[in-house]
Amino acid sequence: MNLTLKIWRQKGPQDKGGIVDYKVSDISEHMSFLEMMDVLNEQLVNKGEEPVAFDHDCREGICGMCSMYINGEAHGPNRGITTCQLHMRTFKNGDTIYIEPFRANAFPVIKDLVVDRSSFDRIQQAGGYISVNTSGNTQDANSLPISKENADLAMDAAACIGCGACVATCKNASAMLFVSAKVSQFSLLPQGQVEATDRVMGMVKQMDEEGFGNCTNTGACEVECPKGISLDNIARMNREYFSASAKG
Amino acid sequence: MSTISSKVPHGPLADKWSKYKEHIDLVNPANKRNIDIIVVGTGLAGGSAAATLAELGYNVKSFCYQDSPRRAHSIAAQGGINASKNYQGDGDSNYRLFYDTVKGGDYRSREANVHRLAEVSGNIIDQCVAQGVPFARDYGGLLDNRSFGGVLVSRTFYAKGQTGQQLLLGAYSAMNRQIARGKITMHNRHEMLDVVKVEGKARGIIARNLITGEIERHSAHAVVIASGGYGNVYFLSTNAMGSNTTAAWKIHKKGAYFANPCYTQIHPTCIPRSGDYQSKLTLMSESLRNDGRIWVPKNLDDVKAIREGRKKPLDLTEDQRDYYLERRYPAFGNLVPRDVASRAAKERCDAGYGVNATGEAVYLDFATSFERYGKEQAKIHNISNPSEAKIMELGQEIVKAKYGNLFQMYEKIVDENPYKTPMMIYPAVHYTMGGVWVDYNLMTTIPGCYAIGEANFSDHGANRLGASALMQGLADGYFVLPYTIGDYLADDIRTGKISTDGPEFEAAEKDVTNRIELFINNEGTHSVDYYHKKLGKIMWDKCGMSRNAEGLKTAIIEITALREDFWQNVNVPGTATEYNEQLAKAGRVADFLELGELFAKDALVREESAGGHFREEYQTEDGEAKRDDKNFAYVAAWEYRGKPSEAVLHKEELVFEDIELKTRSYK
Ligand code: SF4
Ligand code: FES
Repeated sequence: MNLTLKIWRQKGPQDKGGIVDYKVSDISEHMSFLEMMDVLNEQLVNKGEEPVAFDHDCREGICGMCSMYINGEAHGPNRGITTCQLHMRTFKNGDTIYIEPFRANAFPVIKDLVVDRSSFDRIQQAGGYISVNTSGNTQDANSLPISKENADLAMDAAACIGCGACVATCKNASAMLFVSAKVSQFSLLPQGQVEATDRVMGMVKQMDEEGFGNCTNTGACEVECPKGISLDNIARMNREYFSASAKG
Repeated sequence: MSTISSKVPHGPLADKWSKYKEHIDLVNPANKRNIDIIVVGTGLAGGSAAATLAELGYNVKSFCYQDSPRRAHSIAAQGGINASKNYQGDGDSNYRLFYDTVKGGDYRSREANVHRLAEVSGNIIDQCVAQGVPFARDYGGLLDNRSFGGVLVSRTFYAKGQTGQQLLLGAYSAMNRQIARGKITMHNRHEMLDVVKVEGKARGIIARNLITGEIERHSAHAVVIASGGYGNVYFLSTNAMGSNTTAAWKIHKKGAYFANPCYTQIHPTCIPRSGDYQSKLTLMSESLRNDGRIWVPKNLDDVKAIREGRKKPLDLTEDQRDYYLERRYPAFGNLVPRDVASRAAKERCDAGYGVNATGEAVYLDFATSFERYGKEQAKIHNISNPSEAKIMELGQEIVKAKYGNLFQMYEKIVDENPYKTPMMIYPAVHYTMGGVWVDYNLMTTIPGCYAIGEANFSDHGANRLGASALMQGLADGYFVLPYTIGDYLADDIRTGKISTDGPEFEAAEKDVTNRIELFINNEGTHSVDYYHKKLGKIMWDKCGMSRNAEGLKTAIIEITALREDFWQNVNVPGTATEYNEQLAKAGRVADFLELGELFAKDALVREESAGGHFREEYQTEDGEAKRDDKNFAYVAAWEYRGKPSEAVLHKEELVFEDIELKTRSYK
């Protein structure tokens, strides 16, 4: 198929940036979206032009690196997948496709479609861990039974890949879904109880400092999240937060 | 040819590690504060090492090329992690895990290392649970296990089909704790481009900031390479797009021997290629072989009909199908080790039985499991006389609970529903057992330079068993290196900060800058990918699932020519002082172009078949690999001498004290 691509180009953080039009032809429906981008870039390199910079690594939906805002949706039109899992069969011959970076104040653009998501790392550093030494002097793993139900729920929350689609989608650029996924994982497990108060307070404080917006419960994040992280996690985090605040 | 010493401690196998640990030199906590360690890579090995070293009190500087340590490619490991916990009471033990691993590796690994790995395996699970890794559990709340290829016990712990992700996020969280404490300085989007040696010892690295293009000097008392394997030398592999051998190759060129590059794992269950534009391959966890049966049609007519779309796989009756693994290997059936399963698929496809348009695909069929689980569930739920459909539905629910995300992933990529029609799979490059040579302490032949995880060669011999990579990465990082590195650093407590102003840093930086300028100023005619794809094709055709002397010799000639062409005609757009992915990639491909040649050379010298290295000249009458223990029970450790063709072979003889060398049989 033949397509028109309208791609956000921006030389660097200071550059204003803008949409540039490109044409690609002979795109197979079996290609992945990023393979289509490879075709475009190969074309640009051969013409002596600069290829479009975009983040990607695993190309199998697990590393969380790919991050394109396609036709107005984070990770594109399909549900439950990342940009790298989107295939060209979703599009038709002659389509025009808009490709932009994940936008948010807390995700400044580095170049073209590449953004800086280190704010996510800093939130994790503010409490997204259990303070256990890695010395090997831990108790036997089976000495602490955990109900299958809670273990499964913790796993569902832990499936977050830190891509930032929730933020890019949210009209307030809130990071609540991302933060609540980590808080939930630990709050569902007995290992996480000891530091529960500090964790939720620390992570929420850092989230605010990074300039993410407030959550107004519109739920768009859940819809676009490639890993099906549920809004229940936000509710769980809010409970944790209120009880932590009450403790002062 | 000289021989090299692995520094394996004396004494009975089972006591070596514990005795050694008791006598190793330690660095006292106050002195650790004055010692810096660089860790390159933040996967399971690098991440766990950085966290543990920081916790012990060292100052750690961590580097990764991704935008966050959480994205290292360990994250993509699906199936699980082995540990000899024997929670299932099925007769597992440290010895059995050790034995299975040595046998699975076709008797080409170092006994003492593997035994140590088995000894610490249980501790890894304890550690990860304490960190909040949500492993799968049974209804009683205890940890669940599954079984993997090449073994007869259930010792694999898992977190859905995302075990690597969960373990990596565990290590990442341990790192975050240390970053918050200021004990780890994290350098994201940085790539190591050389190691710096001062007075023969590794004392730092030259790194490029991938955003600004700035070239930076970083010093330390020891350098740890945890940058993963070199599977991307094939262009197409299950590795991440950015996975590369640069860090490992740079230390090789500065004196670290490179061991057994020809040992590569071609994983049997990947999604087949669909066309020339393909940029990478996707693995389907081997755990699927627990419940899936692999087959191709018995008759070529049926193959043809299927390829032409006249028949569907479901149209074929049982006796029209060839379950070739069950036929050839009745004892292990679909659970034979990876190398055996991959070659068997290639054998059938080469004979013309491949079931898709490219002729490179076999079926992985779950119908039998749907039925078996369905009947079991009907009994459990007291459903009398369940209909066929009901049985299928109940069975599919069980399979969905086990592998739901894998089935979903398959459907997304292939656009076929694997609950309704069998999956198609084909082998793909997945893991490299070869790597930087290390001694028992995980130190390379450069003093103070260590290699851990997939980057080293140490534990898997010529073939790695499923769910052992995660085990080795975490064992090295959490439990082995933090001890052994102290033995070396104990001499460095009075050294003080290493300056980055010395002539050695100056020279290394100059080399790096020169090379970058070469790329930028070259203004050639072909893209980096053009060369990478060509290299990949040579490697796959001549150094792939089976090799022969003639092909390997041709490969060496072709790779040398391609490398020359590359340096003349590669085209790298943009500048050196900005975010420039093509430039970063050019450096990586340049290194692959050297490694590829050493790979072929190593494969040529190894005149036997062992594990992932199958030489057509050395096989039994029924096509099984034929080892030559008399002449080849050694580790081939290559020393760099100016170019790959001049590399000098050093042998580490493998001594088997506790295991009798046998022909590996899974029949
Ligand atoms: S919650 Fe979902 S959308 Fe947000 S970072 Fe995690 S995986 Fe991405
Ligand atoms: S590239 Fe890793 S999730 Fe898309």
